[in-house]
Amino acid sequence: MNTLLQLLLDGLSLGAIYALIALGYTLVYGILRLINFAHGDIFMVAAYAALFSALSSLAPADPGATRFAVTLLASMAAAALLGLAIERFCYRPLRGQPRINLLITAVGVSLLLENLSQVLFGANPRVFPELLQGGVAFENGQLKVGQIDVWVLLTAFGLMLALEAFVHRTRAGRAMRAVAHSHETAALVGVPVDKVIALTFAVGSALAAAAAVLYGVKYPQVSPFMGVMPGLKAFVAAVLGGIGNLRGAVLGALLLGLAESLVIGYGGATWKDALAFLILILILVLRPAGLLGKYEAEKV
Amino acid sequence: MKMKLFKSLSLAAALGLLASCAKLPENEIRIGEFGSMTGLTSTFGTATHEGIQLAVDEVNAAGGINGKLVKLVSEDDRGKPEEAATVVEKLITRDHVHALLGEVASSNSLAAAPIAQRHKIPMISPSSTNPKVTAQGDYIFRVCFIDPFQGKVMAKFASETLHAKTAAILRDKSSDYSVGLADVFAREFSGMGGKILIDQAYQSKDVDFKSQLTTIRQKKPDVLFVPGYYSEVGLIAKQARDGGLQAPLLGGDGWESPELYAIGGKAIEGSYFSNHCAPDAKIKQVMDFAEKHRAKYKKEPGALTVLGYDAAGVLFDAIRHAPSLKGPDLRAAIAATKDYQGVSGAISLDADRNAVKSAVVLKVHHGRAEFVATVNP
Amino acid sequence: MNPNLKLILGVLIPALAVQALASLAPDSLSYFVSILALAGINAILAVSLNLVNGITGQFSLGHAGFMAVGAYTSACLSVYAFPGLPGQLAFVLAVLGGGLLAGLAGWLVGLPSLRLRGDYLAIVTLGFGEIIRVLILNMDFLGGARGFIGIPAETSPFWVMLCLAFCVLACVRLMASTHGRAWLAIREDEVAASAVGVDTTRYKVLAFALSAAAAGLAGGLFAHKQAFINPNSFDFMKSVDVVIMVVLGGMGSMSGSLLAAVALTLLPEALRPLAQLTGVDLRMVIYSLALIAMMLSRPAGIMGRKELWQLGWWTKR
Repeated sequence: MNTLLQLLLDGLSLGAIYALIALGYTLVYGILRLINFAHGDIFMVAAYAALFSALSSLAPADPGATRFAVTLLASMAAAALLGLAIERFCYRPLRGQPRINLLITAVGVSLLLENLSQVLFGANPRVFPELLQGGVAFENGQLKVGQIDVWVLLTAFGLMLALEAFVHRTRAGRAMRAVAHSHETAALVGVPVDKVIALTFAVGSALAAAAAVLYGVKYPQVSPFMGVMPGLKAFVAAVLGGIGNLRGAVLGALLLGLAESLVIGYGGATWKDALAFLILILILVLRPAGLLGKYEAEKV
Repeated sequence: MKMKLFKSLSLAAALGLLASCAKLPENEIRIGEFGSMTGLTSTFGTATHEGIQLAVDEVNAAGGINGKLVKLVSEDDRGKPEEAATVVEKLITRDHVHALLGEVASSNSLAAAPIAQRHKIPMISPSSTNPKVTAQGDYIFRVCFIDPFQGKVMAKFASETLHAKTAAILRDKSSDYSVGLADVFAREFSGMGGKILIDQAYQSKDVDFKSQLTTIRQKKPDVLFVPGYYSEVGLIAKQARDGGLQAPLLGGDGWESPELYAIGGKAIEGSYFSNHCAPDAKIKQVMDFAEKHRAKYKKEPGALTVLGYDAAGVLFDAIRHAPSLKGPDLRAAIAATKDYQGVSGAISLDADRNAVKSAVVLKVHHGRAEFVATVNP
Repeated sequence: MNPNLKLILGVLIPALAVQALASLAPDSLSYFVSILALAGINAILAVSLNLVNGITGQFSLGHAGFMAVGAYTSACLSVYAFPGLPGQLAFVLAVLGGGLLAGLAGWLVGLPSLRLRGDYLAIVTLGFGEIIRVLILNMDFLGGARGFIGIPAETSPFWVMLCLAFCVLACVRLMASTHGRAWLAIREDEVAASAVGVDTTRYKVLAFALSAAAAGLAGGLFAHKQAFINPNSFDFMKSVDVVIMVVLGGMGSMSGSLLAAVALTLLPEALRPLAQLTGVDLRMVIYSLALIAMMLSRPAGIMGRKELWQLGWWTKR
């Protein structure tokens, strides 16, 4: 029983990180109907940014809340800039063209980020600096809750609540929802569509960066291809919850995290990557709109 | 316009073909080296290359072998078996090398060996440990021990020195090296009266091993055998200790890297792994080599570099004794290698063209690997 | 001339020509011959992927998975099922068997997936490719991570060219038939095609299965060339390599895919000295930049949708 609780807790912690990445996917999809293949790699670049800022003179040398906060903000800023650049130079020129072109470009950007990182930073995994003190926060027999897990859950859910507030209670958020609904209509009522799209990319990328920092805190290793699997899994999570739906993304991610943890715990470690794809195929065949999504009829 | 392009392209192709028929100098010894200089396993290739280059520079500085200078042609196979096959084909047929040195990863050696065998060019692998590599043909050799021996070493160490009665295994299912070692360890440990309580797996590039470790911890093994690569082993050690597993970790030469201590930190202290040689051994050969290495590369040598150096050394020794540089003569000379004093120990090649060598067991202590014991075959 | 005879000759003559050239080549050129064989295998992969991505307009990212199915099936057949038969015969049967099973896999994968729209299809095919790879990795009798050793090395330029010529001619003939028109219709506007009575799912699955079968043939040829295969040769990056060939060559152009495949196999070999000089492998960086640049400037690719025999100074005017 204790093992089950431990596995569930690990799954929750992992799912929270996937949720932050999934939110980025779902935000961009909602507004552009584009699967940003490069999102997982923005996560990776943000991890490197976090590594460098933690090691620089900006951040204090000792693990603690300040070091964590500074690294988090620095990498979120870096990722937002990267997201803006990618949108401006690679996706915006292709707006209006067949979607397959955009998809291929996204694949190209993803490959570029991965291979450029490999060339610049080396293929070897690097140690992620210790941002927070480890140790046990709470223990009950065989069940251990680490300090790190507490931080991860608090930060992740904090950011998710902040996003919810932003999207539903601010003007900018309303503009985002408007553009997601219809570009033309939003433009007609005076919403600066290009700026809103840029903002969406920035926010999505910043969330991915937060996920990267939390991931680095949990699994202190950074490598050029570290974003591939988490990115794909977060995408599956977004689809599971209903792509375009923010709460769906969170739900899907938590479910996926739990499922993954349980599968590994009961002996299927080498299948855990295939699990995500299996879930994707099942959901797309059985309930394509996702758990919380609405089925949109395609207008001809 | 298109016609002009076509004409110039065909001219270029023709010239290229002609160039390839040029006569090669007779008074040099051409050695081909192939390894992963770029890509995910680039540390293996570059480390081995450094050892080989050191050997080549040394021998050339002394005037070559039998008056001929050694020319080293290195090719990058990006860590992929099909590229290994391609570059070996190129080295043999385009660069006309007399012998080949490579590779580190057994899957790349396996892809390259049939080509070397077909062309009758001797190939010496510095560190491929899969027994099937040398089984590809009588032109294929290696200067390191094979997995069956290495697995036995750790099984023996666990059973006799650590007095372990039970063990758990955590293997990397996506690595042929790890799978091979794990299988042998399981077989040997059981054969010595030990009991394998549980055998779990992960894949390379995984970062989360908590679930596997939780299951392992519950079985309470005396030791945990983790025959993987240093990047995952470091994380495994951390997560194992965080989860409350106190048993010592055991591993193989895949642990060897400065990164192991950086990633594993305190968690990896007190664990043991087998290796080809002890970098800090107070043996004259090892210390001399470390001195030479430091002078050229400004850093400490690792086992792969040592093996690269020894592979080249064995080859040069054979060339010295061979009647000619032709394939069959060279092959016979290499096969006759007996008690060659390499940095990694005395190397003799047995009937299967594998090196009969001792292994060392190292302990992780104060952020470094310390010599504990030598295990003889 | 009887069209079937034309087909047979069209396939045999290039194959025999290539083999003649290869046999005449001195041993010092065996490296080039080997590279050309690889280029031929990549060309089969590209032309077959073009059928799905270019002609039918569906975006598949799992081509390497079907190549893997073909490779491993043919390897198993060669080593376990047909060891008694004479070399060449066993080889041909094994490769055909590989293609057949891969085609079946394509059909099975296509059935559920092809109801999905572009972006989803891409991820699902990627997923299937990965699932196939993980399956093979976990099957110990196929060697798992240690790979499959001991495949007889029977592939020669003759067989590669024969297979390639067959695939290209089959594509050309299919394009001129109802199937080809249906595929083009689906690419241009799926809803309109469906409205005029084209059974879109059936044709999409057909394209997928045929393309997978060809990838399986390429896999079988590859396995019998290397004599050793392991799952790492059939990962997502291999699928991406083939996609890059199709996109750069021009989605929808068979000759474009063919040329791009040959160019992108030869180019890395030609760039070897550069990689040695700089010590870094810039290949993938260059490819991804080329992909982005191509999409931004000339998304149609080099050949666009035209074929080699439709343009240039050899077209009758």
